Amino acid sequence: MELQKEMIAEHFRRLEQAPETHEPVVYTFVPGNLTELVRSFGALPLLPEINALQSGMRGMSRKYIAEAEKAGHSEDVCTYVKCDVGMIKSGNIGPTGTRLPKPDLLLLSYTGCYTFMKWFELLREEYDCPAVFLHIPYQSDGRLAPEHRQFIVDQIREKIIPALEKVTGRAYDEGKLRELLGYSRDAEDDLVAVLQTAKQRPSPIDAYFGAVYYVGPIFSAFRGTPEGAAYYRALRQEVDARVAAGQGPTTPSGRLDEQKYRLVVEGPPNWTSFHEFWQMFSDEGAVCVASTYTKVGGTYEFGFRHDPGDPIGTLADYCGGCYTNLSLPQRIDMLVNYVKDYAADGFLINSVKSCNSFSAGQLLILREVEKRTGIPGAFIESDLVDPRYFSAANIKNRLESYIQMLAARRLGGAS
Amino acid sequence: MNAYVGIDLGSTTTKAVVLAQDGSILGKGITNSRSNYDLAAEVARTEAFVTARFGLLRREVEKVAGIALLDRLMRAFRVQQNLVQMRRLQELVDEEVDRGVVPDLRAPTRAVLDAIFKRVEAEEEAWFAEENPGTRSDFFRDVIGSAYTRSAEAIVPDTGLAFDLFLGLWDKCIIRVENEPIGLGFADHIGTAITRLGSPPSVIEGVERALAVDLQATSTVGTGYGRARLPFPKEQIRSEILCHGLGAHAMFPGTRTVLDIGGQDTKAIQIDAEGIVTSFQMNDRCAAGCGRYLGYIADEMNIGLHELGPIAMKSTRNVKINSTCTVFAGAELRERLSLGERREDILAGLHRAVILRAMSLLARSGGIEDEFTFTGGVANNPAAVSALVQLVQENYGTKILNISPSSIYTGALGAAMFAAQGVSS
Repeated sequence: MELQKEMIAEHFRRLEQAPETHEPVVYTFVPGNLTELVRSFGALPLLPEINALQSGMRGMSRKYIAEAEKAGHSEDVCTYVKCDVGMIKSGNIGPTGTRLPKPDLLLLSYTGCYTFMKWFELLREEYDCPAVFLHIPYQSDGRLAPEHRQFIVDQIREKIIPALEKVTGRAYDEGKLRELLGYSRDAEDDLVAVLQTAKQRPSPIDAYFGAVYYVGPIFSAFRGTPEGAAYYRALRQEVDARVAAGQGPTTPSGRLDEQKYRLVVEGPPNWTSFHEFWQMFSDEGAVCVASTYTKVGGTYEFGFRHDPGDPIGTLADYCGGCYTNLSLPQRIDMLVNYVKDYAADGFLINSVKSCNSFSAGQLLILREVEKRTGIPGAFIESDLVDPRYFSAANIKNRLESYIQMLAARRLGGAS
Repeated sequence: MNAYVGIDLGSTTTKAVVLAQDGSILGKGITNSRSNYDLAAEVARTEAFVTARFGLLRREVEKVAGIALLDRLMRAFRVQQNLVQMRRLQELVDEEVDRGVVPDLRAPTRAVLDAIFKRVEAEEEAWFAEENPGTRSDFFRDVIGSAYTRSAEAIVPDTGLAFDLFLGLWDKCIIRVENEPIGLGFADHIGTAITRLGSPPSVIEGVERALAVDLQATSTVGTGYGRARLPFPKEQIRSEILCHGLGAHAMFPGTRTVLDIGGQDTKAIQIDAEGIVTSFQMNDRCAAGCGRYLGYIADEMNIGLHELGPIAMKSTRNVKINSTCTVFAGAELRERLSLGERREDILAGLHRAVILRAMSLLARSGGIEDEFTFTGGVANNPAAVSALVQLVQENYGTKILNISPSSIYTGALGAAMFAAQGVSS
């Protein structure tokens, strides 16, 4: 945790100094990000939705959202966008308290979120800077077809690399990219090992709330860095030690060794009441053993690793396979497999009101997963970073009801 | 005798149910939730034990004295309960006169209050004396409040004093009476109730036998929004969704889908053959479409909540109310009135709007399976039921619809059943 804090603080310090050090800054989003490529040009990545969620966790988002609404953004717009816009309008001070630099380039990987496109249109208007668009074909039939892969490769070669060359003034260095992809692969190996420890009883990690911290570096700016690889090596050792000691994760209710319920979760957490939300689970003795949210920055458990041997092709595979680009049947399969592989007692969907892209179809997912696993699911609604949409009493009521429902089923099944 | 108690602390009313070991209902109690959940729970629980005692008494007294006498005893008991609370109210009002009325007006105010309370007491006595009084609310606030207002309306205008002064005194003091622990239990008032009846030996004997039964709460389970306030360990607190599921199963064992429309939430629940919840959906964030929605509309139209349904039943024309927000629905209602729409047609449209929201939750919870049980306060509203029947028919075809006259106790009944099952399991 300390290591992570230092890494993030250092990154934001470098971002703050970028105007003086002339390190180019590339804004990009988590799903389908090309961090290794960006870093191979000596540029620094900055991820607006990470800033938004951090602002939410630090209690700043209410003010920022109000600013954005004052500027004319509707109440129904994605609250990540409004939080970011409000932050820019409030002086662009980032989550660690340092000033954020203007972008030299907006690099958009389109992986299923239409709002991202609109968000960068706003930023392009705000900063009057170049923007480049990488179109990732949706996996509508459950796979990335060879022609789709080629389409991505061609775009990276013909559009993204030239754009990066132009803003950084450096030539594309494939050797450098290969080196960075090697760090990614190592970090991904360790991350997968860490997330899969949740198959143990007790689970040494909370694979939703706790894992949000674990995926932080690899989701944000640290994929393809030696610091990132070192972080995941250390994390794996720490979690392995917990497994050896038979210990559960540390939660807001203390260390959770006695785990009564194992849950799988779909959907992002609420950030403004993150600890309160987590505590509702841990107070019930519930541990999350797998989550889809921790895969929005990349799905690695099915075997994909960044491959230094095929630097551009591997980036195409990565973008095509991230969670947000998967079809509904693929998302259902993932949840069904999680429930089975992680021996879960139940699964829960936290549906985000202001996210049309990913909330659509979630009830259908719920019903289908229920049908295929024979386990009832729970449905909770909240929001990403708008504190007005977290109704604690209501959510607690639903969660407690769900847990008691699982308890009643357990009793019924045993009798 | 072992008794199992379920307490449902709702946003509007608090209910309690006492169950015998064999699962039969011994007693039920209800009170308004006030701002004091602890006291509301205690009052409802006391009331449930009072009716439980009367249940025991019924067996004893009916045999020897007949049912008519038992009913009179019950009425005598209610009068005693009400009078003791009224006297306390009178004391508080008297203190309030010193605090809130200018010195010159205190004496005439007291004289008027004295006349009002005498008249209220006389109304209570008249109710007791009547051969066949109709049914009336069991709540002290309702019964004595309406008598007080009636009396004040008759007396105050001739005195030169302001009517508002007397309503203000009531408002201030009724809350305090409701929030004070006043002994309202069976043992507290049964003695004076018997005296009222002239102390017939058969009744005395029956009461003694009923009192000799050791009615102990073996276990209690709490549910409802205020459940966290109950001084029970966590294991004795159950979600109202589970309690409603189990309660509906107990009332109608064939139930598979439950719709509960309460004061501020609506729940669509699917249960299995044992009454165990398999899926549920609740309204979130917005409480439009719940009981309070109808309460708000009743206030806007200046009519009683219980009058809404019967008025809407007179509707002959469909009026669509589009707004899903309670406050906006109020605005829409005014607009419709100004356009000349009839009150009953608008009200029917509002009831339909409430049920449409419930239909959406039902669909999201997995639809409607036979049998379908409707619970909660809104289940007593004929226009809501009528809209539900129609929409269920349109969307799911013919289904058996169960509504119990005691549906308001469904959650408390489920809680009592959990208590009987042994909450630790």
